[in-house]
Amino acid sequence: MSGGADFAAAAAAGRPVPSRLGRLGVPALLFTLLALAPLLAMAGAEGYLLSLLSRVMIFAIAAIALDLILGYGGLVSFGHAAFLGIGAYAVGILSSHGIEDAFVQLAVALGASGLFALATGAISLRTKGVYFIMITLAFGQMLFFLATSLASYGGDDGLTLASKSLIFGRKLIEGDRAFYYAVFACLLVTYILGRSIVASRFGRVLRGSRDNPVRMEAIGFHPFRYQLAAYGISGMLTGLAGFLLANQAEFVSPAYMTWQRSGELIFMVILGGLGSLHGALLGAAAFLLLEEYLAGVTEHWKMIFGPLLIVVVLFARGGIMGILGGRGRRD
Amino acid sequence: MNHLIRIAGLAATVCIAAGGAQAQEKLKVGLLLTLSGPSAVLGQQARDGFQLAMKDMGGKLGGREVEVIVVDDELKPDVAVTKVKGLLERDKVDFVVGPIFSNVAAAIHKPIVEAQTFYISPNAGPSTFAGKGCNPYFFATSYQNDQNHEVLGKVAQDRGYKRVYLLAPNYQAGKDSLAGFKRHYKGEVVEESYTPLNTLDFQSELAKIASMNPDAIFTFMPGGMGVNLVKQYKGAGLMEKIPFLSAFTVDESTLPAQQDAAIGAFGGSNWAPNLDTPENKKFVAAYEAAYNSVPGSYSMHAYDTALLIDSALKATGGKTDNKDAVRAALKKAEFKSLRGDFKFGANGFPVQDFYLVKAAKRADGKFQTEIVQKVFDDYADAYGKECAATN
Amino acid sequence: MTPTLLLVQVLNGLQFGLILFLIAAGLTLVFGVMDFINLAHGVQYMVGAYLAAAFAAWTGSFWLALGLALPTALVVGLLLEILVFRHLYDRDHLDQVLATFGVILFLNQGVKFLWGAAPLNVPMPDLLSGSIPLPGGLLYPTYRIAIIAAGLGVAGLLYVLVHHTRIGMLVRAGASNAPMVSALGVDIRRLFMGVFGFGAMLAGFAGAMVAPILSVEPGMGDNILILAFVVIVIGGIGSIRGAFLAALLIGLVDTVGRTLAPTLLRLFLDPSVASQTGRAVAPMLIYILMAAVLFFRPSGLFPVRR
Repeated sequence: MSGGADFAAAAAAGRPVPSRLGRLGVPALLFTLLALAPLLAMAGAEGYLLSLLSRVMIFAIAAIALDLILGYGGLVSFGHAAFLGIGAYAVGILSSHGIEDAFVQLAVALGASGLFALATGAISLRTKGVYFIMITLAFGQMLFFLATSLASYGGDDGLTLASKSLIFGRKLIEGDRAFYYAVFACLLVTYILGRSIVASRFGRVLRGSRDNPVRMEAIGFHPFRYQLAAYGISGMLTGLAGFLLANQAEFVSPAYMTWQRSGELIFMVILGGLGSLHGALLGAAAFLLLEEYLAGVTEHWKMIFGPLLIVVVLFARGGIMGILGGRGRRD
Repeated sequence: MNHLIRIAGLAATVCIAAGGAQAQEKLKVGLLLTLSGPSAVLGQQARDGFQLAMKDMGGKLGGREVEVIVVDDELKPDVAVTKVKGLLERDKVDFVVGPIFSNVAAAIHKPIVEAQTFYISPNAGPSTFAGKGCNPYFFATSYQNDQNHEVLGKVAQDRGYKRVYLLAPNYQAGKDSLAGFKRHYKGEVVEESYTPLNTLDFQSELAKIASMNPDAIFTFMPGGMGVNLVKQYKGAGLMEKIPFLSAFTVDESTLPAQQDAAIGAFGGSNWAPNLDTPENKKFVAAYEAAYNSVPGSYSMHAYDTALLIDSALKATGGKTDNKDAVRAALKKAEFKSLRGDFKFGANGFPVQDFYLVKAAKRADGKFQTEIVQKVFDDYADAYGKECAATN
Repeated sequence: MTPTLLLVQVLNGLQFGLILFLIAAGLTLVFGVMDFINLAHGVQYMVGAYLAAAFAAWTGSFWLALGLALPTALVVGLLLEILVFRHLYDRDHLDQVLATFGVILFLNQGVKFLWGAAPLNVPMPDLLSGSIPLPGGLLYPTYRIAIIAAGLGVAGLLYVLVHHTRIGMLVRAGASNAPMVSALGVDIRRLFMGVFGFGAMLAGFAGAMVAPILSVEPGMGDNILILAFVVIVIGGIGSIRGAFLAALLIGLVDTVGRTLAPTLLRLFLDPSVASQTGRAVAPMLIYILMAAVLFFRPSGLFPVRR
């Protein structure tokens, strides 16, 4: 990992250099906490807590995937829920045909989301800014309506899985704790993969294309190719989250791919702080846990949650990572 | 020193709390309903119906103090799964009452029955749970989803309508609804029209209906879609010309918005606020006094659900640990339902009467559905035969 | 499909398109002039409808309700501007998106808190509650004709305002180069506030106009917001003319396409397959249209030159 170059790039762009705590401490702390959480959960309501935290981690995977293109590539995808849906439907459709092997399902989920990302990315990346936002929304909506019309797979109502995916024909991830650690492993792999992508030459070209595409072109790179590859990777990782989401709920439905879901993913990334990857994790956790907590306090929780988001934007630049000092990227 | 005292105090509090819990442990009932978004009104009706029952019974079910925990499923199946796990494992509820929507019902079914907890639906009654997928832990105090549609099909058949226009949103429940209608209707279906879900403007449908001039239309348009359809149907001058048969389109949740436009529209139901039993009169009056709105069948089912749990716990002496005993007691349904006759079929769905109802304006200016005629007597759903549960 | 039916569809498409235009006009101006993404624009439409419902219940008259709802919608818009939006103009788009999403959550829940979750009713004014016969024997509701007329009227007014007044000139100038306008000594803050309030009022007007035919319920602005964004993106951001044409296009494609798509597909496919595919394709049509427009013209049909 070429930390020096990272440092120099940040300094050159006039951004505050993330403190050492922000760079290593926060993610290390987060993952330690997540690894130990099941021990705490044993005190009571284990299944509920693990299920809630699994959900947080699943959305964190999707948020990290989105941060990869949003925070580092400047590409605001408003259709990322489609990939959640592709991943989930890969599980649902295959298992309704009796194919319950996790590896087959995962391969299909990743393959299908990758292909969809490449196909739609190739078209979407012709546009910039808000036009990119809207064209990704368009593809997301098309897939949503397609899912609602799949009458043989439950249409709008969705379909229930007979069981969680099987690993080597055995129910290895059936239990709450086993599933929790499976999700944890996926999150860790996603994070490490994200980190190494960001630190690689590829990642630097991606950031360069975000900041100054003309210059990148001038020095011999094709921003389009890098952005498309990043979009593909991001789509596949979100497909992984969809695969996990289907297994967690043991249920698949078009509700996973509404535009509101795509929006929530964006909000998670912004709330956490752009362009740090673990900020996305924090954002997903804050978003979902606050929602869960506030909903328990009052029926009108959205009247608290809404203003809270406004306050975060107005007074905490750079989201939660901004508050923590390891400031994320700002435009 | 202070420190020690505080710790001692804390320990004492914990002991007292634990002791108290042992002496009189509360019965916990989790209400999982849709309380946000455009369909929130249905969840609110069910919640208020249940709370009213709790008030009428002095906060006790089967002699036990009750803690009611209300959660919002946000009409998102995956959210509902997490919430229901919270009810089951954090709150350790003895009963789950809910949900409103079938897709949520499908998603939460597995975690609840796997936790061997009883699960009573005050509205959603999907065919999957009534037939092969029936489960000894699942009961519905409402109906099987098809039945209300079947009422209108029977009415259309009996009244001799030869040509009927069918209209439903393009999703599973919409397709099921038209299938339910056609179970008893044998005449000609001039058009089976599916509009995209959440269609707000029905002008083009209305134009088609007007030009085809059928003997009647049958539609299933829940929530805001129903409000819009009825207002526009009336606006196009069709309400007087072509009978409007509907299910879940004109009820107490939509009438406050439809008002005069709905007068003349027909629906199918297992109950109406004007059903003439002393219990029902008392319920409707109390509900209106408490919540300032006319109760719909959602509240009635939830109220009945509380009565049902109460009757079962009375039979078991307030105990819930022997599941078989609780189930047997639930099955007996020994309570006086607001709707009159009520018993359970083998699949945990009610066997009950169904009525043709129509929208009407009351003397006090409020709107409600009123019974026109009884269409089915002690009617069971079509799927019960497939239920293989051996209980 | 008979010609009369097609005519009805076209009228419906027009009416829907004009409502979309009323919402999109404010959105595209705010976006174009201030470079501000306002997701809360849809809830201003909802607020307009709720205000109309509340005032109609209070006064018993649709016209009074409309008259009172407009200035109140303006006030609500200005309040939001002062309390929240003003502090976001110099932020990046994503901050604006998150904060305005917070406003959506708050207001969607707020109307439910104030008026309950049940849909509300606005009675149709007697004057406009009849129907007009169309050639071919079908009736068309007068109220919808009134919406079309009002929509066209507002569009005309906007045209005059934007292209033939000093304020309009400033707004157009602001859309292509805001710092320059500011440098020329125009109080850009007041201009922004005016544009913002005006946009909010237009959205509120649209909400009040549809209240008698649609159900007034929490969240009614969410889906229409997305459609309004589709409109301004197809039209080209900041362009009123683009928004107008795109709104009509979307209105017509969505309405007419829904009936035409299955009919057309029946020419190529077996009827049951055709109706199945038609139902799947119909709601996608506008998104396919948008993707296609952006594919060939990545900045919309009428890009404002910067």
